Amino acid sequence: MARVTLRKVVKRYDETLAVRGIDLDILDKEFVVLVGPSGCGKSTTLRMIAGLEDITDGEIIIDGETVNDVPPKDRDIAMVFQNYALYPHMTVYENMSFGLRLRRAPKEEIRTRVQDAAAILGIGELLERKPKQLSGGQRQRVAMGRAIVRDPKVFLFDEPLSNLDAKLRVQMRTEIKRVHQKVRTTTIYVTHDQIEAMTLADRVVVMNGGVIEQVGTPDELYHAPATRFVAEFIGSPAMNLVPCHLVETSSGLGLHLDDNLVLPVPADRIRRYQPYAGKSLLFGLRPEYMVERRVHTGPHQFDFEVLLEVIEPMGMDTFVHFLVNGMDVCARVNASAGARAGQRFTLCADLDHLHLIEHDSGKVL
Amino acid sequence: MRSTTEARAQASPPVRRRAARLPAFASRKSTIALGMTLPLILIIGVLVLYPAGYAFYLALLSKSMDRFVGLANFDFLFRRETFWMVVKQSVIFAVSAVLFKALIGFLVAHCVHNVPARGQRKWRGMLLVPWVIPPAMSTLAWLWLFDPSYSAFNWLIQHAGGEGVPWLGDPYWARFAVILVNVWVGAPFFMIMYLAALKSVPEQLYEAAAIDGANWWQKLWYVTLPMMRNIIAITALFSLIVTFANFDIVRVLTNGGPVDQTHVFATWAFKLGIEGNDIPLGACVSLFMVPILAIAAIFILRDINRRGTEA
Repeated sequence: MARVTLRKVVKRYDETLAVRGIDLDILDKEFVVLVGPSGCGKSTTLRMIAGLEDITDGEIIIDGETVNDVPPKDRDIAMVFQNYALYPHMTVYENMSFGLRLRRAPKEEIRTRVQDAAAILGIGELLERKPKQLSGGQRQRVAMGRAIVRDPKVFLFDEPLSNLDAKLRVQMRTEIKRVHQKVRTTTIYVTHDQIEAMTLADRVVVMNGGVIEQVGTPDELYHAPATRFVAEFIGSPAMNLVPCHLVETSSGLGLHLDDNLVLPVPADRIRRYQPYAGKSLLFGLRPEYMVERRVHTGPHQFDFEVLLEVIEPMGMDTFVHFLVNGMDVCARVNASAGARAGQRFTLCADLDHLHLIEHDSGKVL
Repeated sequence: MRSTTEARAQASPPVRRRAARLPAFASRKSTIALGMTLPLILIIGVLVLYPAGYAFYLALLSKSMDRFVGLANFDFLFRRETFWMVVKQSVIFAVSAVLFKALIGFLVAHCVHNVPARGQRKWRGMLLVPWVIPPAMSTLAWLWLFDPSYSAFNWLIQHAGGEGVPWLGDPYWARFAVILVNVWVGAPFFMIMYLAALKSVPEQLYEAAAIDGANWWQKLWYVTLPMMRNIIAITALFSLIVTFANFDIVRVLTNGGPVDQTHVFATWAFKLGIEGNDIPLGACVSLFMVPILAIAAIFILRDINRRGTEA
């Protein structure tokens, strides 16, 4: 088990910079998820840690040792690939034991380790089968088993669940978390699915365009995104973003969204936002902080009336869509609140959770 | 009333069944399958079964083809030394040629596979040339290269201080020359088959092997070769059949000489049957390729079947 450190790591392919000098420190036993849209450099970063890609510049340190020039086989890492990469001509047992056999581990030890790993993953009865006789979920388990058997310093996962159907993906997600809690090996996991990232990670690294946008716990990313990209990327449905003007009002500051809607800035944020008074900014608020009118439970709840355009019942809740200043905005109301399309409806926004984003820099203020 | 309708109902089905029998027969799955494979069955029948059967029939006739002599031709062959030499000769020729073609093809395929994509097409094209030229023509060029007095090979050897080699005059050198030309002609076919097989091995298997701790050699042994096994087997079988039945190279290069020392089944059958005017004996010789190749084919195909389609 080990710590993994990236220092100013750069990857350049001919003319394009895939990774633009990232710094990251992954602690021992930590489960870190790299998440971002395709082409953001997350897989490249993982492959550089694995040693499958050369590093153009910078330094990668695993367990105190700089591994820039160490080949993959000597890095003591294990990797689970997106399409499993099981050897089709070997049985499950042979697949799982391949790494140990190459390292000339004693036969008895190999047997115990494979059986232990198979027991953890519940694939004990599949050991004599060939990969083509397995289902997608079983193959995924075998690929994980192959990693566990090696007892490496670091586990690397490259989008391991993207080839599975939705139901199995949720199951395997839990499985991966359970396995990590059992074996406690430092894990780096790449995905484009923010829900996977949120549910699995101790810390999430959000990447975009070859740079790290933000590193933090799932909770931090959700409640305190650092940039517009993170605010939009994390959370489903996405955060509502509406252009606004920060204006001075008689009682302090107000957010002028459109002529009919000016939201008061909570008193405890006035000092923070004062320098931006008069400027055009982006107002952000997640759907769950706009609900049907209730008895106010906090000081910064604000009622306003909208014309509902679209209603999406989800069972427990209903998403309602309406327009503010021409922008589609989504709110999450109770299913029994009786929201109907085409109806005027009073919503209550909890402004304690608002975010203001600078247009040019994309920074959350 | 009831009884008459019942009787009619009971009587009518057989009539209807008989009337419906023909369309039912035509639309049965097995009939359709037979209909669709019939052209292939006919082609095989006309081009394979008939000539094979005819050859077998010919082999049972006397030299003048007017008398049925049973297995006398076979008996005659078994008691001739030249026949056993041709058997040995054909086996050595086919096995060693296929072995070297496979080895060289494999090496070259690896080299080409590692050439960057842009230059690869050029190399592939150039390396296929020996296989594309009609062998009878390219063998003529080789014939000149092997000429004892004026050839490029001996010129080179002599300029390097060595002594000229009687390439086609000495039995061992003649065998070597025949095999060399056959390898030269046939290796590109192996190269292209192996290259296709190499390209079909997913890159991630090599990456997984690298992470598992495999070095270059172990990747070749545990990933590349097992993944290519079926292609290797089929290519080898195919090449074995073609090489075993080779005619043109031996015919042009040595014509079986010196003293029948380089004959293979096809050339010897031609010599006996056409040149020696003993068609039954020639047919008899050519039939000997069948059991030898059949045994090889059974073993190789059984192995492929057993492995099935692992990928």
